[in-house]
Amino acid sequence: MKRARTPVALLSAAVIAAVAATPLPAFAAENDDPIRMTLHDWTGQLITTRIMGEVLRKAGYNIDYVQADYIAQFAGLKTGDLHVAMEVWETTGREALDEATATGKVENLGDTGMLAIEEWWYPSYMKELCPGLPNWEALKDEACAEAFSTAETAPNGRYLGAPVTWGGFDDERVEALDLPFEVVHAGTDAALFAELESAYQRKAPILLWVYAPHWAPLKYDGEWVEFPPYSKTCYEDPSWGSNPDAAYDCAKPRGPIWKVAWAGVKEKWPGAHKAIQAFHIDNDEMGKMITDVDLNGKSVEDVVSSWMGQNADRWSSWIN
Amino acid sequence: MSAPAHVPIDDQPLAQPHGTPAGAQATFWPAVWLIAGGAFTLLWLYGEPVAKWAFKVPRDWQIPAKRWIGDFMRWLVEDASLGLFTFTDLTRFIADLVDIPYRFVLGLLSTGLLDGRGSSAEEVLPPLSWIAVTGLLMLLGHYAGGRRLALLVGACFGFLAVFGQWDNAMITLASILIAVPVGVGLGLLLGLAGHRWHPVEAALRPVLDLMQTVPVFAYLVPILFLFGFGPTSAIVATIIYALPPMTRISLLALRQVPKEVRELGRMTGCSRRQMTWRILVPTAMPGLMVGVNQVIMLSLNMVIIASMIGAGGLGFEVLSALRRLDIGAGFEAGLAIVALAIALDRLSQAFARKGRRHAQSAGHEQGAGLGGGLWRRHPHTVAAIALVIFSLAAGLLSAPLQRYPEALQLSSGTLGSDLVGWINVNFFDQLEAAKNLLLLNVLIPFKRFLLSLPWIGVVALLGLCGLRLGGWRLGLSVALLAALIALTGQWPKAMVTVYLCGISVVIAALIGIPIGIVAAERERLWKGVEIVIDTLQTLPSFVYLMPAVMLFRVGDFTAMIAVVAYAIAPAIRYTAHGLRQVDPQLVEAGVVAGATRWQLLTRIKLKLTLPEILLGLNQTIMLALSMLVITALVGTRDLGQEVYIALTKADTGRGLVAGLAVAFIAIIADRLIAAGAARTRARLGLTPS
Repeated sequence: MKRARTPVALLSAAVIAAVAATPLPAFAAENDDPIRMTLHDWTGQLITTRIMGEVLRKAGYNIDYVQADYIAQFAGLKTGDLHVAMEVWETTGREALDEATATGKVENLGDTGMLAIEEWWYPSYMKELCPGLPNWEALKDEACAEAFSTAETAPNGRYLGAPVTWGGFDDERVEALDLPFEVVHAGTDAALFAELESAYQRKAPILLWVYAPHWAPLKYDGEWVEFPPYSKTCYEDPSWGSNPDAAYDCAKPRGPIWKVAWAGVKEKWPGAHKAIQAFHIDNDEMGKMITDVDLNGKSVEDVVSSWMGQNADRWSSWIN
Repeated sequence: MSAPAHVPIDDQPLAQPHGTPAGAQATFWPAVWLIAGGAFTLLWLYGEPVAKWAFKVPRDWQIPAKRWIGDFMRWLVEDASLGLFTFTDLTRFIADLVDIPYRFVLGLLSTGLLDGRGSSAEEVLPPLSWIAVTGLLMLLGHYAGGRRLALLVGACFGFLAVFGQWDNAMITLASILIAVPVGVGLGLLLGLAGHRWHPVEAALRPVLDLMQTVPVFAYLVPILFLFGFGPTSAIVATIIYALPPMTRISLLALRQVPKEVRELGRMTGCSRRQMTWRILVPTAMPGLMVGVNQVIMLSLNMVIIASMIGAGGLGFEVLSALRRLDIGAGFEAGLAIVALAIALDRLSQAFARKGRRHAQSAGHEQGAGLGGGLWRRHPHTVAAIALVIFSLAAGLLSAPLQRYPEALQLSSGTLGSDLVGWINVNFFDQLEAAKNLLLLNVLIPFKRFLLSLPWIGVVALLGLCGLRLGGWRLGLSVALLAALIALTGQWPKAMVTVYLCGISVVIAALIGIPIGIVAAERERLWKGVEIVIDTLQTLPSFVYLMPAVMLFRVGDFTAMIAVVAYAIAPAIRYTAHGLRQVDPQLVEAGVVAGATRWQLLTRIKLKLTLPEILLGLNQTIMLALSMLVITALVGTRDLGQEVYIALTKADTGRGLVAGLAVAFIAIIADRLIAAGAARTRARLGLTPS
């Protein structure tokens, strides 16, 4: 995705090109073939990937950015069409990741340092109508559920879940915890946040799936519902938790965001392999950058280059 | 875009209506319908406890088509071998073949010609500047359609530059410039093959039907596997989607080449090749240009979906703007697609008209230009070359001449978001009330009704309709297709699909047909209406889908609005088109007989336009079905969603089975309506147009 480059950016690109073209680069890449890094359609991933890509470029590697679908990319990673995927979320990508690593053709290069959170979320003003929140048991209260209801779901509350493709077991959760709520699935996350924006403008009731790192929990004032903490047994063993006959009577798992690569990367570009493993960034840092892009209207390139300027020590340690 | 944006998916019904003596029919058919309807109602009301299988297809009856298709694709991708090389090698080779010209065009328009790969590539030659591209297309416009067209094209491309969409638009334009010639070329070759060998034509017909009706998402995954990740796959998908009308129109145009012209070719001793390329193709050229126009429009329809698998460009800009809920930016990028579409559409239409004029006046102009210099003979070519050289030099000297300066760019800023926000805050309650009224009283009951019907009864009724409208072959094929949907386990989802599309089509017809009637006889109003429906058809629906979600929440209602907005165009267009074609003498006769305006309209004009309106309805259904996948993005639970889930899970079998079910619904609707239209036409004594 190319954006309009300012003359200054063009100039700096020219300078970088000139530096790269000098006969003795500071770092030598093992291989001149481009490393193909995947870009998806959410801002955080674009930033993570661009940072890694720019760092690798500083180390003399040839980088190619490729637009690819989040799940479909695994097919490309297995065949070596694609080489590096910077954000595979524990929460949404685990199955695909396990399946891919089991073939031996895809390698997990460790976590990015960011922690994925996905949970039921409500704007703060809803606390007045439903004072027991954020404790999940408040949702069992009929008046509280009614406050979240619409004409279609009344008297039950309405919970706007993620696109069905994301999984998340919310239908099961409502059943297991016996919540008086109906789960309505949004089709895309754009639709999810369009509803949030709409409700927030009107200070209207809404309860929905929000994830972080994302701009929404930074822009809107609100909280995550506190369910009984997640454990693996809760998802697998029905007898665990408040409902002895059903699994999923707990929160969603929170987990790392993984860096994933084609297994051949290690051999072909050992230095890059090491650098990607060393990549580390945390939620707050990422949240700030996402806010800069999505809410303050800066370009991804500008945000990445200012991060590069401020953190030269950090990233140079990755490639040394 | 005066030509309808889609051609009917089949120009001939499967079978001609068969003739039974009129007298016998008068009592026979009503009796049949009565019995069939009675049996159906009995089954529906009391059948469930007795024959559960008639309502829900038992598990062991189901055809494991998902697994078969999935296994087949796995074999195709991993093992299939054509002797010396595997099937994947072949497709990868084709991908590379497409990639070379694409890189070149992209280099010319956007990145500059590069040496090397990835980020270490160096620029050999800068890309054409915005002035050069705009100027070249204006020259093209001037050549094909004179000053007015040149100005229109200039305005469209100026819009792209001024609103900061230039870079993205050039990426999109590059992939269109590759997809269109390949689509046109392949489409024409298939058309020629079909024209020459009848078995090929017979085999092509169902394949083309499927290509046009299976949702693109269904075959994206196999395409990604076969052609690799990146813009090439997007181009291949675009070609598959945009090619069918070219083949159909080629077949039609070639068939319409007059006998005398063929005779002439034979008398002058043309070889087979000369006959094809010197006689048939040039004579059919005006018709073929309509096909080119269709390929361009359909390619632009694919921009959003193509960007999901790596085409980038304007489609990606639309998606990413809406992900950050920047409605204004999404609209600007969407309008940039419309601007591109209008410019390319008007250019191709002008070329089509020029070709026609040229064909008529060939010979007259010959020799006129021979005397003058190069400039006199080829003013446009010379101007184009001069422009490129000049702009290249100017671009090197001054950056704003190479790249439109950012300081002069316009943007609607937060206007779009503010406007939606204002409506949301002030009118949400009224909108919500209206929505709930419709939802609770019409939509949901209709959905429940359809879901409660026994599948076997519906299959039988559809078969009976086919039998009545088009003979036993039509009846049998319609029933078979419907049964296949049920037996692959898609019935409930298919019913939700029928419900959503059915309601949308009814609403689109209720709004569209009156607009068509009103606009048909008022030239200036029609011009305005045409602009609106052109925009609705090329503006990516995603752009207005997200504001619709803000005002109406996710769910069927929002999906319905999007479907109606997109599918209303043919209802308006065909109605107006049909009314304008009514024989003025018949209207005159009505006036003489003392008919009132209302009588003229209802008794004469509309009656005669009925076949045309039916065709428009047919197109409305096709467009509504093609919107299914988009509606899945706002959380509907139909076949579109099934296809979408399969896409995100990279499950080829599941996607294709659901996609085929959509195609079957489309084909059933198309065949029944086409047969109905043919019957009506025959009854009115009109020759098929």
